[in-house]
Amino acid sequence: MAIPLKYNLRNLIVRRVSTLMTIGTIALVVAVFVALMSLANGLNSSLVETGSPENVVILRDGAQTEMQSFVTKEAFQVIQTIPGIARDTQGKPIASGEVVVLINLLRRGDISASNVTVRGVSETGVALRPHLKLVGGRMFRPDVGEAIVSRKIADRFQGASLGDELQLGRRKFAVVGIFDAGGTGFDSEIWSDVVGVSDAFDRASYSSVLLRAENVATRDQLVSRIEAEQRLKLESKSELAYYEEQTSASGPIRGLGIFVAIIMGIGACFGGMNTMYASVAYRTREIGTLRALGFSKLSIMTSFVIESMILALIGGVIGCLLALPVNGIATGTMNFRTFSEVAFSFRITPDLLLSALVFSLLLGFIGGLLPSRTAARMPITKALREI
Amino acid sequence: MADTLINLVRVTKHYRRDTIDIPVLDNIDLEISRGEFLALMGPSGSGKTTLLNLIAGIDKPNSGRVVIDDKDITKLSEQQLAKWRARHVGFIFQLYNLIPVLSAYENVELPLLLTSLSKSKRREHVMTALSVVGLEDRERHYPRQLSGGQEQRVAIARAIVTDPTLLVADEPTGDLDAKSAEEILDLIKRLNEEFHKTIIMVTHDPRAASHAHAIIHLEKGVLSKSGGVYEVPAAHN
Ligand SMILES: Nc1ncnc2c1ncn2[C@@H]1O[C@H](COP(=O)(O)OP(=O)(O)O)[C@@H](O)[C@H]1O
Ligand SMILES: [Mg+2]
Repeated sequence: MAIPLKYNLRNLIVRRVSTLMTIGTIALVVAVFVALMSLANGLNSSLVETGSPENVVILRDGAQTEMQSFVTKEAFQVIQTIPGIARDTQGKPIASGEVVVLINLLRRGDISASNVTVRGVSETGVALRPHLKLVGGRMFRPDVGEAIVSRKIADRFQGASLGDELQLGRRKFAVVGIFDAGGTGFDSEIWSDVVGVSDAFDRASYSSVLLRAENVATRDQLVSRIEAEQRLKLESKSELAYYEEQTSASGPIRGLGIFVAIIMGIGACFGGMNTMYASVAYRTREIGTLRALGFSKLSIMTSFVIESMILALIGGVIGCLLALPVNGIATGTMNFRTFSEVAFSFRITPDLLLSALVFSLLLGFIGGLLPSRTAARMPITKALREI
Repeated sequence: MADTLINLVRVTKHYRRDTIDIPVLDNIDLEISRGEFLALMGPSGSGKTTLLNLIAGIDKPNSGRVVIDDKDITKLSEQQLAKWRARHVGFIFQLYNLIPVLSAYENVELPLLLTSLSKSKRREHVMTALSVVGLEDRERHYPRQLSGGQEQRVAIARAIVTDPTLLVADEPTGDLDAKSAEEILDLIKRLNEEFHKTIIMVTHDPRAASHAHAIIHLEKGVLSKSGGVYEVPAAHN
């Protein structure tokens, strides 16, 4: 049998000052880790979950985002003749030519402006995004200068609330509704009708076309058929894939999160290591005694590693608790692909908390390894001579 | 002659400090019978602890054999040696070496954690050992709540709880007042007489040594007898 766990627990209590300091260090590191990863998480979910599986996005060949793309009205006509597109009750293909432009809006309580996406859609375009829900006001009517604004944009930008007038291009639009797109990328947009937006910004072409395949199974066939129309010079992909590509925006944040966590983690490891070295030095004669009694090197080593991991786990739990309040806090950032404002929340998921705890255990393990090895390797006779 | 438990054959031990060799034990031969109570005396730094450690299997000689119960323990691997100690040797230290965060009961139980005994069996053994040393009412006390003499008795209970053949005691009374020392010596003697433990006790106190059956002296790496090894000294009691 191994050295009992109570031995470690009580030693942690006896050395409470250094124990608490180490726990504090680890808690801080884990809290930062959770906060940064929840940021990446929230950003990911604001984009990844955007789109319906049977929807297909069509862009200009080579364009990576709707902002860089154009699809002529003639091309839009041709596209609608391609077989495999779902049809509405009147037998018309379900396809929406859309105009997407960036405008500059001032943030609330701030003089800095940020890019916001304006999307001109047809009725079909609205129908293609069923997860978009009005939470205030009403839907815009076509071509009378009305727009709806996502709740996150309305909350964070000046002049974008219900009843306000927004200057879009050369026209004014009344904000008549506030919508919630369920955490998807559309939560960072302003919508109006495609004709009005085209006119306001002097656009002769669409930016993109969104259409619905007959079903998910035939979607990819439809995608290849569109791309086979070489003279149109179009690129087509599923809506899910399109938005997933946009999530490269969260990459830098995730990378930063992991980078900062690693740097701080190394610091925390040294902190934990220091505590454990002190703890080993303090208990040298005890260790010699345990060895003399017949406890093996391995059980000494295991005992100290476990002690270090208990220390780190307590720190990890506290760190998670410290980070929990940021869950749900909304903020905005630049989408690095589209250079428009992306609204998102810190999202702390059970998975993230679990990985934070695993991370803290890892810190404890690494920090405890060398001191424990030192403890186990001390010659018994020498350890027993310590006062 | 009585049956031999411990047999040291041409045992040499030296330490290295930087580049200098410090000879401690020089070609020592020693035979100790089963049931013996032997006092080991000598000036400070003469190698008493070193010799005791070799017999107890926590150190290895540079050359020679340490045969205990017909087993040459110098040939055992570190792991085998740890197992062997747990079964055959009970340790009594000058500074008691109790684990401060464990209660008297838990300290005595420690060696039993290395056996396959059930919890209730362990309890039986621990309580027996504590009653031998007269501390069954102190099982919940922590070392800091006990006097030096009581701590040493708990340590002795820990040393005998596995019922080992051999007890090694390194200056067991070195840190105690005269009265507690006398109690501990009586207890150790009882372990020899009543429970037939073979005991080797290092001491530099002649009064303590007088409790033993025999005294051997270690000086300049060589052993010498005092009034004939294996004879009961007349001086005691
Ligand atoms: N680990 C060690 N390294 C170097 N020298 C040691 C070591 N252990 C003991 N010695 C030396 O060996 C000699 C004998 O020590 P020891 O056996 O403790 O003597 P005693 O117990 O008789 O006082 C001393 O000179 C001591 O300094
Ligand atoms: Mg000594």
